[in-house]
Amino acid sequence: MDALELTSYTATTCLGRGLDAQLVALRQQSSHLHPCDFGDATIDTWVGTVAGVDETRLPAALGAYECRNIRLAYLGLQMDGFEQAVQAAIRQYGAHRIGVFLGTSNAGILETELGYRQRDPITGALPPGVDYEARHSTYSVVSFIRRYFQLSGVSVVISTACSSSAKTFAAASRMISQGIIDAAIVGGVDSLCYTTLYGFNSLELTSRQACRPYDVNRSGLSLGEGAAFALLERPASQPDFPPDRAAICLLGYGETCDAHHMSSPHPQGLGAKMAMEQALSSAGLHPSDIDYINLHGTATLSNDLAEGRAVLELFGAQTACSSTKGHTGHTLGAAGAVEAILCVLALKHGIKPGGTNTQTLDAAIGINYLLKNESAGLRYALSNSFGFGGSNCALVFGLTP
Amino acid sequence: MSAPLKTGKLSAWIEAVGLLAPGIPDWATGAKILRAELPYQNAPTLLPLPQSLPAAERRRASRVIKLCIALGTEAIQHAGLAAQNLASVFSASNGDGHNIHAICEALAQPDRMVSPTRFHNSVHNAASGYWSIAAASMQASTVLAAFDATFSAGLLEAVVQVNSGAVPLLLLAYDSEYPEPILSKRFMPDAGGIALVLTNAPGPHCLARIEISLSQEGLPSPMDDAALESLRRSIPALEGLPLLAHLARGTAASLSLRYFSPTHLAVEIQPC
Repeated sequence: MDALELTSYTATTCLGRGLDAQLVALRQQSSHLHPCDFGDATIDTWVGTVAGVDETRLPAALGAYECRNIRLAYLGLQMDGFEQAVQAAIRQYGAHRIGVFLGTSNAGILETELGYRQRDPITGALPPGVDYEARHSTYSVVSFIRRYFQLSGVSVVISTACSSSAKTFAAASRMISQGIIDAAIVGGVDSLCYTTLYGFNSLELTSRQACRPYDVNRSGLSLGEGAAFALLERPASQPDFPPDRAAICLLGYGETCDAHHMSSPHPQGLGAKMAMEQALSSAGLHPSDIDYINLHGTATLSNDLAEGRAVLELFGAQTACSSTKGHTGHTLGAAGAVEAILCVLALKHGIKPGGTNTQTLDAAIGINYLLKNESAGLRYALSNSFGFGGSNCALVFGLTP
Repeated sequence: MSAPLKTGKLSAWIEAVGLLAPGIPDWATGAKILRAELPYQNAPTLLPLPQSLPAAERRRASRVIKLCIALGTEAIQHAGLAAQNLASVFSASNGDGHNIHAICEALAQPDRMVSPTRFHNSVHNAASGYWSIAAASMQASTVLAAFDATFSAGLLEAVVQVNSGAVPLLLLAYDSEYPEPILSKRFMPDAGGIALVLTNAPGPHCLARIEISLSQEGLPSPMDDAALESLRRSIPALEGLPLLAHLARGTAASLSLRYFSPTHLAVEIQPC
C-alpha cells in the first residue's frame, strides 16, 4: 500500500489522558489496573478505568449524545492538539474530503442497560433518557464526531469486536488511495459496561488479578477502556512539512477471518498468521525487518497460546514482542487504535516496551516476550488485534524516510 | 494499489443478488415484484434454516444470522462462485435486537446471569463470524454500522475494496427489528436485507456495471410502488431497492441513495 502519515495522534486510557501519560507509563512499565469498582458490578476482577469520564460534559448543542462512551471520546479528542490538527485538515481539504472511521464494540449500551433497571412497571417502557440514536446506536460515536467537526464526507463505524479500531486504519487507507477522501480521522472508543463485564465473566475469561499476558500462570483478561485517534494523510501533504522530518506512517495492513469458532481463536493461530503475513506483504517488508510486535496478548489461555504460535512460526524466537494490556487492560473496540498509538510512541521514542504484571513466561510459547523495556532505535513495528467472530487485523507502522 | 481518481468516482460490476424482505422470500420472486409482474403483498419475513452451518452453530443462530446466511447463500449460488474465495463487507444498523434485549433483561435481574452464547452473539460482527464459518472463508471481512445509511455505507466500502484488490466480494446489507421496549426507541418492522456479489471486471453472470460517488445534490430515489417505498424507508438495508428494481428490469439509471445528510451516494447503473 502507499504509506500514509499519522500527522496527529492521541490516546487516553487508564494510564491517563494523552500521549505524555501513555509514554510515562511505558517508560515506568506501570500498570493502572485495579480491583473492579465499576458502578455496582460485583465481579471479582480487575479493570482499567479512565478517570474523570463521568464528570466530562459535552458541548451543550450536542447534549443528546451525553453518555459514558461519547464523553470518553470527547475527553480523548481534546488531547495533544488533535482537534486543532483536524481543523487544519478541514481548512486544507474541505469538510467533505475528510472521512471518519472509528471502531467501537459497546458504544453507549451502558445507558440502555441502566434503562432496563428503570422500566415503567405497568407498560414496561424504557425511561425517556434512553436515546437510541445518539447513545445506544453502534454508529453514535461517529455521528457525534461528524457533527462536532461539521464534517460531510465518509463516516462509518467498524464494529468487529476487539479488532474494530485496527480495521479503521485499513478502511481509511483504501478510501484515501481510491481518491474518495484526502484525510481520515481513524481510531476507536470503548468504555466499560455491564454487558462486557458479566459477559466475559460468563465465558470465564476475566482474571481475578491484574491480567498477566504470556505468563505461565495467566488466568484471563482485565477489561479496560480507552479513546485513541489518528489523523491519516498522504506523507508530506501538509503545507509546512519540513523535508528532513521523520514521519510516522502506516505502511501495511492485513485482515483475515479464522472461520473457526465465535469466541475461541484458531488453535494454531492460522488466521492471525495470515493477517500478519498480509500486513508485511502490503508494507513490502520481511519478518526480520520488524523491530517490535505489540501483541494482542489478552492473557487468556487460548489467545496467547494461539497468537504466540503464529508469531513464532512467522518471526521466529528473536523478534521483540510484548502485550501492553497489562498496562491498560483490554480496551476492546478501542484496543487496536490504543495499541497502534503505543507502537507509534515506541517508534518515536526508541523504546521496546516490556510487558507489565507478567512474572514467569510461558515456556511452551517460546517467543521473545520482553519483561523489561529495551532502548533501541526502531524503524518498524507491527500491532496485532484479534476479535470474537474470528476477526483478525495486523498493522505495520514505521518511521520514514 | 491503483492511482487516485481525481473525480472520486469508482466502478464495479454486479454479478449476483440476494434479497430477503417482508413479503419477498428471494431474489427470483423479488425481481418479478420489482418488474411489476407480481403484486407486492406485505408479510412477515421468512428466514430459512442455515443448513450450511455446523450443527452447534446452527442451534445458536439467531434471526440476523439466518438472514445473512440466506442472503449470502442465494447471491453466491447465482454468481456461481465458491463462498470461501470471497471477501465480505457486512453492514447493519444494529446487531441482533432480541439478543441484546435478553442481555439487558438479564442484567436488570439481581443475579445478572448472562448466557455465554448470548454474549458472543452480541458482537456486531456475529453474522460475519457465523458466515465465515459456514463459508469456510478466511478472506477479510469487515462489519460496518451506519445507523440509517446501512446500504450506502456498505456499498461504498464494498466498491472501494473491489477496486483495492483482486478478490470478488460479497456485500451483505441487513437490518432487523428489536422487540419492545427498545422497539419504541428504534422502530423497524421486521428483518430484511440485500446481498450483492461485486467484481472489478465483468464476469459471466454480470448484471450491471455501477459507478458510485458521493454527492450533495438530489434527494434519495423513491420506489414507485407505495408499499415498496414504505419498505425502503422503514428498513435501512432496503435503501438499495431502487438499485435492485433497475437490475431486475435491466435498465440504465442514475440514482441517489440515502447516506448522511447532506451527502448522498450517487449510483450510475449500466446493464451488462
